Amino acid sequence: MSYLTSGSTTGLAIRRMSATKEPVLDIKDQEQLGILVDISSCTGCKACEVACIQWHDLNPPIATEEELRENGFSYQSAPDLAANLFMLMKYQEAETDRGWTWFITKRQCMHCDDPGCLTACPSPGAIVQYANGVVDFDQSKCIGCGMCRTGCPFDIPRYDANDHPFKCNFCLDRVGNGLVPACAKACPTNALHFGTRADMVELGHKVVAGLKDRGFPNAALYDSAGVGGAGYVYALPHGDKVEHYGDLPKDPAISSLVHLWKGPLKWIGGAAILGSIAAMFMHLVTAGPKTVEAHGKEE
Amino acid sequence: MTNGWMDIQNADLVLVMGGNPAEAHPCGFKWAIKARQKKGAKIVVVDPRLNRTAAVADKHVAIRCGSDLAFMGGVINYVLQNKKYQEAYVKAFTNAPFIVKDTYSFDSATGLFSGYDPKARKYDQSLWGYEMDENKMAKQDPTLSDPRCAFQLTKKHYERYTPELVEKVCGVKKEEFLEVAKMIGETGAPDKAMTHLYALGWTEHSFGTQLIGSMAVLQLLLGNIGVPGGQIGALRGHGNVQGTTDLGALTAALPGYLKAPKAEHKTLQQYLDAFTPKANRESSMNYWGNTPKFFVSLMKAWWGDAATKENEFAYDYLPKYETPKAYNAILDDMYNGKMEGLFVLGANILTSSPNANKSAIGMSKLKWMVNLDLFPIDTAYFWKTSKDLDPAKIQTECFLLPGLGFAEKDGTFVNSGRTIKWRYKGPDAQGECRDEKWVFSQLYLRLKALYQKEGGPFPDPILKLTWNYKNPGSPSADEILQEMNGFAVENLVDDKGNVVVKKGDRLSTFGQLKDDGTTSCGMWIYGGVYPPSGNRSAAVGTEDPSGLGVFPNYAFSWPANRRILYNRASADASGKPWSEKKKYLWWNEGTKSWVGHDVPDIGPTLPPATGPFIMNAEGVGRLFAPALVEGPFPEYYEPYESPIANVLHPANPTNPVVKVYKSDHDVLGTPDKFPYVALTYRVTEHYHFYTKFLKGPARAFPHMFIEMPVELAKEKGIANGDRVRVSSARGSLEAMAMVTRRMKPLTCDGKTVYQVGIPIHWGFQGLAKGGLVNLLTPFVWDPNALTPEFKGFLVNVEKATGGAA
Repeated sequence: MSYLTSGSTTGLAIRRMSATKEPVLDIKDQEQLGILVDISSCTGCKACEVACIQWHDLNPPIATEEELRENGFSYQSAPDLAANLFMLMKYQEAETDRGWTWFITKRQCMHCDDPGCLTACPSPGAIVQYANGVVDFDQSKCIGCGMCRTGCPFDIPRYDANDHPFKCNFCLDRVGNGLVPACAKACPTNALHFGTRADMVELGHKVVAGLKDRGFPNAALYDSAGVGGAGYVYALPHGDKVEHYGDLPKDPAISSLVHLWKGPLKWIGGAAILGSIAAMFMHLVTAGPKTVEAHGKEE
Repeated sequence: MTNGWMDIQNADLVLVMGGNPAEAHPCGFKWAIKARQKKGAKIVVVDPRLNRTAAVADKHVAIRCGSDLAFMGGVINYVLQNKKYQEAYVKAFTNAPFIVKDTYSFDSATGLFSGYDPKARKYDQSLWGYEMDENKMAKQDPTLSDPRCAFQLTKKHYERYTPELVEKVCGVKKEEFLEVAKMIGETGAPDKAMTHLYALGWTEHSFGTQLIGSMAVLQLLLGNIGVPGGQIGALRGHGNVQGTTDLGALTAALPGYLKAPKAEHKTLQQYLDAFTPKANRESSMNYWGNTPKFFVSLMKAWWGDAATKENEFAYDYLPKYETPKAYNAILDDMYNGKMEGLFVLGANILTSSPNANKSAIGMSKLKWMVNLDLFPIDTAYFWKTSKDLDPAKIQTECFLLPGLGFAEKDGTFVNSGRTIKWRYKGPDAQGECRDEKWVFSQLYLRLKALYQKEGGPFPDPILKLTWNYKNPGSPSADEILQEMNGFAVENLVDDKGNVVVKKGDRLSTFGQLKDDGTTSCGMWIYGGVYPPSGNRSAAVGTEDPSGLGVFPNYAFSWPANRRILYNRASADASGKPWSEKKKYLWWNEGTKSWVGHDVPDIGPTLPPATGPFIMNAEGVGRLFAPALVEGPFPEYYEPYESPIANVLHPANPTNPVVKVYKSDHDVLGTPDKFPYVALTYRVTEHYHFYTKFLKGPARAFPHMFIEMPVELAKEKGIANGDRVRVSSARGSLEAMAMVTRRMKPLTCDGKTVYQVGIPIHWGFQGLAKGGLVNLLTPFVWDPNALTPEFKGFLVNVEKATGGAA
């Protein structure tokens, strides 16, 4: 995997950056991108998951039986998201008004309008939000403090052996060149729709209305209001059971602690950066450079 | 498929029963989703499991695996009793009015039809025909009131299949059954149609053919065949399995579904007399009446100038069989030490055949075995199947030849919708990997050289075989497709003596074939795929003038680029469309011809009285179908291993004509020792037994598992994710247990029935390893299609000793 995300090579306009005065650019210059996940048409085939792995040249390991038991054995391919697994299909089951129901959900970074990771990040420019709404990491500026995961209401970023975070970047290199994100491209059943966020929200409302007509009275659009909306929008057949959709938070919002940390207590953050840089330096001096652990070795 | 994939979008109801297309055919299933997204169609799944198709369906009802015939009988009865059938269609386009001979009878107490010989386990099928008039045409009662007409016999046969019986046998609540029956019944309206999708969930039963027969009865009653959105969709399992069956990789078949000659057919005339049907209804097209043209042209393709009128077009060169040797017989012969060698390609037969221990023992008795494959498949290492097999003592000489994948060679795929699609080679072959055309050509040329050098008892069929390829050692797919399409051996002339096709030119359609040796055609049903204008399978036109998903210029669908078979049935007896909504092909009185959105499946100028089912001697569809070996009406039988007695006829619980094998390894289990119903299936992450060799799919579903009900797990002290041992009368394996409420316990005949689901994809070779699922399955085969009974056999499940807590 590449440390410098290709987003920075496509010349995309940046809307805002972590620990930097904002906005860098007026959002109105560019339409926000979106993906609608129509859960009612998703068969859970994992084509999106495989396409994501392939496009980003990830090489996640084959999970052991023990690992698959960790979070409850299901059709899920790995125990959790990982630095080399940007999206994961989740499979949960529960009773609903229509009987026993299989909840199959694609989970990955939501690309929030108000990204908790970016808000929490203390390193200038390490997290960027492009004008098209995509949130991405710039590994060259990351200090490995782990605050992005703390700040994320969806608990998405995962860290490699160097404590660098990884997640879905909305296939910035593809969308920046007029291509559909790999997951949406691979979807065989038209469950993933790609377009502008505004269009996806509109289409999502249509899907939900259709579901209500088809006997899903609790169908709802999941649009992450607490973070100002997100690039990913979900049409849920059972809007009253949000938590069964791959542990989606019911009311996603950035923790008040994060706001506190980046607001009145910002100086602590600054001190923390200095502290961590000092610690890194001491570590380098005393232990030598860290070697990257090989991931996903062939069995 | 009688229609095709894209036509699914025209359905009003998509019934999935006997398949799991969301998982096994994920790309094709998009058309079912599209039917709903665009046209508000409903998707109904009838399946033992809440699988991933059921997860997105509008309605799922769980039934006991192996009880499908009772369910289908119930739906047929519902449609008949409640007059939901499309009466005009039934009268005009089915054999409902045909009078059946009085030698036919059915005894509901024994569950047997007339003519059963219990010793031979066979029926005398000649007792089941029609009553004929003096012109050798079947007698008919157009009012359908004669008690011996097929309609009344159908009604009588299925009146026993009440909703109460369905509940008792299938374990589905009567109300739920009726809800589904009602939805199905509504598609009997002329402006509605139901698409049925099935795959191995129906074929892999000891009564699989009868299951599909029952759907043919139902769809004919509802008028759902030959119309857009109405079909029986057999979803094929491999990329080109349709192509291999077309080409005759079947028991007792030649290319294009011509019958292979039997030993008793000593002359060409005897063969043609036996297999050329005669029309038994006025104005029936009886297209198989052209069999001599197809057969003689095939012989010309194979033996060219050596096939002459004088030598009966080389009829003597063809091998004749006494008993057909299908897959089951090959495996059994091998087990009994009756075979010397085995050449395996396109299959991992150890993993995919029933009773793997028996197969492995059989392989250990061979002198040699060749596997031509992309991967070091399990079959090539068969001795690893069991600790009882000692490689030091096995004398089988094994060869593993590296083959080529589909992307590494030019050629065609034929999909479930009969569409022949050309595809181009991607990457070059690596190392010494070779495609099968090269392998078999080399084998042929070497055998020919040996015959030339050493002679032999009958060298002519080998020495005189047509082999006119530019590079005889490695023919191109393009040359072979042209050979299948056919060409004129002599100038072909019309009635007036004008030359229509010049000698040596390719034919445009199988309609040009002759039975006098002046045409050559390797595969009559593909006639027209490669006309003089070029290779139509490579066409990529994306226009869809009708908006019905026909795409006439995208590739080529056999026969004759026809997308919906029997499409003449989309118009009524007078040739008018049944409804504006389902308008597809109709009679133009002005031009006296058939017009519409597709190639007519009828002589284009034949009058509307001509029956739409041109491949039947009747010209109409069969409610009463005397050709199937276990009876003209599908009757409910239990799987060979079943937890309950047959509720209708306990004395004959199972298909009475199934061949029973009696070796040490052909044992059947009983419910006292093996109380749970098991079924095998596929998950979407894997492709049969191949993708386990690849990291991507192996990661997506790495470990073998079984799915079992929460209630059963509780009884057995098994927690989700525990390792369990599953055993049948034939073998056992270990797997992870997925404990889930998606597997519901059912109540059948007063008994609680637990079902255990066992996905198949693992084995001892590859990256994703696990038990061979077919160690468990019984060596029991459907007697028509010779498909093994992988759905509905008995197992026991225990927590594995030393398994994870």
